[in-house]
Amino acid sequence: MTNQTVIDRLVLRHEIEQFFIIEAELLDTRQFNAWLDLLADDIRYWMPIASNRQHGKWDGEYTREGQDLNWLDEGKFELEQRVRQIETGLHWAEEPVSRTTHMFSNLQVTQADGDMIDTQCRFLVYRNRTETETNFFVGKRHDRLRRGKDGFQLSVRKIFLDQSVLLAKNLTVFF
Amino acid sequence: MNGHAQRRYTGDLVNLDKGRISREIFTHQAIYDEELERIFARSWQFVGHESQVAANGDFVLSRMGEESVIFNRDRHGKLHVLLNNCRHRGMRVCRYDKGNTRKFACPFHAWVFSDEGALIGVPKLESGYHNQLDRSQWGLIEARVANYHGYIFACWDEETPEFETYLGDLRFCFDDYCELPDGTHGEWEAFGGVLKWRVPCNWKFGAENFSGDYYHNPSHASADAIILSPAGTKGRHTYDTVTHKRERQLLNICTAEGHAGRGELFKEDYDYVPTYQEMVVVEDYFRECYARRQERLGEKARWFGHGGTIFPNVSYSNGVQSMGTWYPAGVHETEVWRIFLAPKSAPDEVKDVLRHYVIRYQGPSGLTEQDDMENWGSAHEGARGTIARRYDYHYGMGMGYEKKAWPASWLGGDIYATQDVSEQNQRAYYRRWARDMDLPPRDRRQPMPAEAAE
Repeated sequence: MTNQTVIDRLVLRHEIEQFFIIEAELLDTRQFNAWLDLLADDIRYWMPIASNRQHGKWDGEYTREGQDLNWLDEGKFELEQRVRQIETGLHWAEEPVSRTTHMFSNLQVTQADGDMIDTQCRFLVYRNRTETETNFFVGKRHDRLRRGKDGFQLSVRKIFLDQSVLLAKNLTVFF
Repeated sequence: MNGHAQRRYTGDLVNLDKGRISREIFTHQAIYDEELERIFARSWQFVGHESQVAANGDFVLSRMGEESVIFNRDRHGKLHVLLNNCRHRGMRVCRYDKGNTRKFACPFHAWVFSDEGALIGVPKLESGYHNQLDRSQWGLIEARVANYHGYIFACWDEETPEFETYLGDLRFCFDDYCELPDGTHGEWEAFGGVLKWRVPCNWKFGAENFSGDYYHNPSHASADAIILSPAGTKGRHTYDTVTHKRERQLLNICTAEGHAGRGELFKEDYDYVPTYQEMVVVEDYFRECYARRQERLGEKARWFGHGGTIFPNVSYSNGVQSMGTWYPAGVHETEVWRIFLAPKSAPDEVKDVLRHYVIRYQGPSGLTEQDDMENWGSAHEGARGTIARRYDYHYGMGMGYEKKAWPASWLGGDIYATQDVSEQNQRAYYRRWARDMDLPPRDRRQPMPAEAAE
């Protein structure tokens, strides 16, 4: 590997990290409309349901995209509706609104093909609301970023939560 | 309240003559313990849909009350509901949520059970048990099973009447739910995956809410303000767009058995309103279903069900075609399971629209149910306070004004059909609950089988 290749990779990784850091910042400061702007118009935002399967038969561990039930299976329009609902101030599951902290780590760039970049990372989303209501959402995230003239946009997000029974009463936070 | 005192539920903790119910029934540990015995050990409970175990050998885990059960189809095609509990030391004999198998082997001491629940393998039967174990007496505990149009219910108690009798006068409403959109009793198919999650409230809050609480609609104002209906217009229900010709809206149906239904009645000449103009296949499907349903059901096609609750803990929702079960998980917690179904023969485009709509409407990511759960969690917390629980909850709305409004005559039986907001359905539910709770259980411990040498 040449020094230039190494430098290119480090720069790309740095750019991706900066994108995710800014994204998390927008979510944690409740700038949901600015967050929506980071999402491609054709985004696929998907969170399957996990179940307990026999050793080696893990193909069915997560529900399938496009045919099974999922925790979330959204496009941009639907994500916008979720933001609109919070903005009514009457969405009692998010009113008063949650305090969240979005963290990510173990970032890998798994494929960089021109303007299309695939990444994987671990996430930890901490949510606290009202007085003692607290949830930890921990799992793996597979993201596809698309580079445009104004920087990256998120075009695919797959969220693999490490829970089969969801240990939270709702999924009102964004991942 | 004194936990040792003889409790009388009917007329005391559940005083429906005065329209009052004690908050204790939601938060008192001793009452919860009694529920497990007096409600859950006796009642028919929903365990799943037959399409979840479509092939011989298929199984899924389900629950009855607090306990894990195996819902499976054996190698001959027969459905079983088996307590997921080894007869030797009680370990779960099935540790997977879904799969296909001919036997269930306990990990602890390796007792092996067949797909019919029979004990077929015991290690050291000769050197350890000296052939003194009668295997025929130690199979998995099997529940009675009822298959109602593909919806599977199970019951532990031999003395509980057959499921159809148990369902009683809810038959019209539940049959309507079981019908496909075209009014036939064709096949439904459950989507893959079960939504399972925890809500910090007593299990009865969900059951009661779905039984007929139209009064809580204001809490969904935020869902009404956005575009949730698959028709792509404002509103949250598919049926918001079906017709503008309504004769009776918000009909609450309750039965003497404590079951409940909700729905509305369209006018005789109600028309089909184009709903999915941008999706030709979907539009054609529902238009055709409308026409076939009219033709098949005649006047009764005017009934448009919304959902309801079958006592004690399953709620059915029309439109999103879901079954939501409220499992007790301790007095202060509910584990909710939801499955969603689509007509098996419907085009993929239709299934796709339904699938997207349902998970956006109900469940933890559902824009409507999210607010419901906020209500129940907070109501539960409100039932816990030392001072607060001295004061009963008010269940008196519409008391004395229950009606047998038309179309009660063709809904059949001893039912009330009251229009607009009323708490008659909740009262019917808790009347049944109190009646069962006042019945002491029979001897609980099962006699030991005779230990005959094999």
